[in-house]
Parts: sequence; structure tokens; C-alpha cells
Amino acid sequence: MNFIVYLSDYIIPFLFFYIIGYSLLTKTSTYDEFIKGAEDGFKVVFDILPTLIGLMIAIGILRSSGALDLLSGTLKPITDFLHFPSELLPITLVKMFSSSAATSLLLDIFKEYGPDSYLGRLVSIILSSTETIFYTLAVYFMAAGVSKTRYTLAGALVSTLAGTIASVLITQLVF
Amino acid sequence: MINYLWAFMILIGIVVGVLGGNIAEISNATINSSKEAVSLCIAMLGVMSMWTGLMQVAKKTGLVTSFTKALRPIICFLFPDIPKGHIVNEYIASNMIANILGLGWAATPMGLMAMKELKKLNNNSDIASCDMCTLLIVNISSLQLIPVNIIAYRSQYGSINPAEIIVPGIIATTISTLVGVIFATVARKLSKHR
Repeated sequence: MNFIVYLSDYIIPFLFFYIIGYSLLTKTSTYDEFIKGAEDGFKVVFDILPTLIGLMIAIGILRSSGALDLLSGTLKPITDFLHFPSELLPITLVKMFSSSAATSLLLDIFKEYGPDSYLGRLVSIILSSTETIFYTLAVYFMAAGVSKTRYTLAGALVSTLAGTIASVLITQLVF
Repeated sequence: MINYLWAFMILIGIVVGVLGGNIAEISNATINSSKEAVSLCIAMLGVMSMWTGLMQVAKKTGLVTSFTKALRPIICFLFPDIPKGHIVNEYIASNMIANILGLGWAATPMGLMAMKELKKLNNNSDIASCDMCTLLIVNISSLQLIPVNIIAYRSQYGSINPAEIIVPGIIATTISTLVGVIFATVARKLSKHR
């Protein structure tokens, strides 16, 4: 399995080598094009900034108020019934809003239970098979100026739920 | 919907904070979160520009076109309303490739450009088109094959085999993506019959 980690290290250098090498073969003015493209990156980031500020304030308020802990405490009977560890409920919920907040919770779980425990393995698999629903929705639809999102949220929730259930089953089967 | 969601997050947070006596923490959180967003953006500037620069080179050499060609049957199936040869096909292909490679932050600029083009195709309506819904659902279902960052955190916290979650993760990701695609396809059919 280690060669996959080894392989992961190669992805970005390989992409650079492949694309830059290929551009030399096709006689493209590589550096000029790179600079031109890098300029677009600035525009994209500054377009996102206002949205990001708004979202992170809302998440910060929810996190610091204790509303998320309250929610996982209230839902504990349900998570017990579903054989889902209530310790992982806050991170599963936070991951829907913010991936950096989820990362800090992930490191908390690794510290508390260890990455090779049942919880540590399960949370690793959940985080690698789900995305930040509300963040992605907000950023994409706000940037496009679309306010009526129709069935997108429902579809995103269903697919995230499927990924989470699959993670629990796989963790129990494999380890 | 986003307007309500945002407002409710803030209102619920403040009400719970007042009831639980965490009002000082909330006060700090609003100030710190806005600062955090700016420093995150500054950190993103370099990596984002690195990627858009590289993508510009790839675009100029025609590499993106050949990647798009490889993904064309899948994109055709997922987005039947996009005209053939339209630029949005390239944006969606780049967005998916970046997602698959685990370069989530790099997928966003391409995804946003795809959304802007899809809006033009949808007569600039403020109602999402079926293609927009599919793009979002597929993005949120996670396409990432190798969760490099999670593997790095695992090894940092002393895992004996940090990479052992790769294959289980790929299986879980495939299931979530398949369910998302099925949902999007069925919802599209249902909304057209109406």
C-alpha cells in the first residue's frame, strides 16, 4: 500500500513536468502563458473573498455558541440507534460547512483515540469520501448569481449520506 | 435559499450562545473568523495562481482538449443539455480532473467558470438549470481518489499504516458519487416530464 503514498508525492511534480515538457515540444511561449494564467488566479481568489468572509463568520458563530455540540447531544439516541458513533457527529456536520474546521476536529480525534482506532479509521474514510456541502453550494451559486437551487441540496445530502453509510459498513468489514 | 441558510446559522448561533452564556466567545468568533477568511485567501493566492498558471499552459498546448476528449462520453451522459464543443465542457472536465487528483482548491476556479457559462446557456436565469444541479451534486459527492492530506495527518499522529484507508476511501467515494449521479439523472428526468 505504501507505493500509493509514494505515488501521491509525484502527482504535482509530474503534472508540472508533463505540461511544461509538452509545451516545449509544441513550441508554446510557456512562461508568458503561465504569467497570464497566474493573473487569473488573483481574480478568482478576490471573487471568493467576500463569500468566504460571510460564511466563516456564520460558521464561527455556530461553532463558538455551542449549537453544534447541543445538536450532537440531542441526536445521540438517534446516532446510537443507527450504530453511528456520536463522537463523530460534530465532525460529520461541520464537514458540511467548512473543511478547515473539520480538519481541526479530525486532528482532535486522532489525538484522543489514535488514527488506527475504529473511530480514527472511520473518520479518515468519511472525510475522504464527502465534501463541504453548504460551502460548495454557496460559493458556486453565489458566484454564478443563482438564488433558486432546486434539487441540488437534496441530491448533495443523499450522496453524502450514502458515502457516510458506506464508510461505516466498509470500516466494519475491512478492519 | 442561501440567504435564509446564512441568516439562520447566525441567528441560531447567537440565540444558543446567549442561552448557554457563550456570548463573549461569539463576539470573538465574528472578529476572528473574518480575519481568518482573509488570511486563508492570502494563503490561497499563491497556490491558486500557481494552478491557474499551469492550467493556462496546459490549455495553450491543447492538453486540456485531449483530457476533455477522454472525459467526453461521461460528460455527455451527465450533461445532455450542453451544446457539443462548447467551452463549458472543458471547464467541467478540468474541474473533474482536479477533483479526482485531490486538488480541491484547484477545482474551484474551473467550477466557477463552468457555472458562469452554464448561466449564460440558461438565459441568465436566477433559477439553477439541471446541468448546474448535476455539476454541484457530482462535485459535492467527492471525486477524490487519493486523500493525500488525510494520509499526511494520519502519519503525523503515529499511524502504523497511514495509507490503509485509501482503498476503503475509494470504495466509499465511488458509492457516494454513483448515488449522486443516479439522484441527479432521476431528478432531471422527473423535472422534464412535468
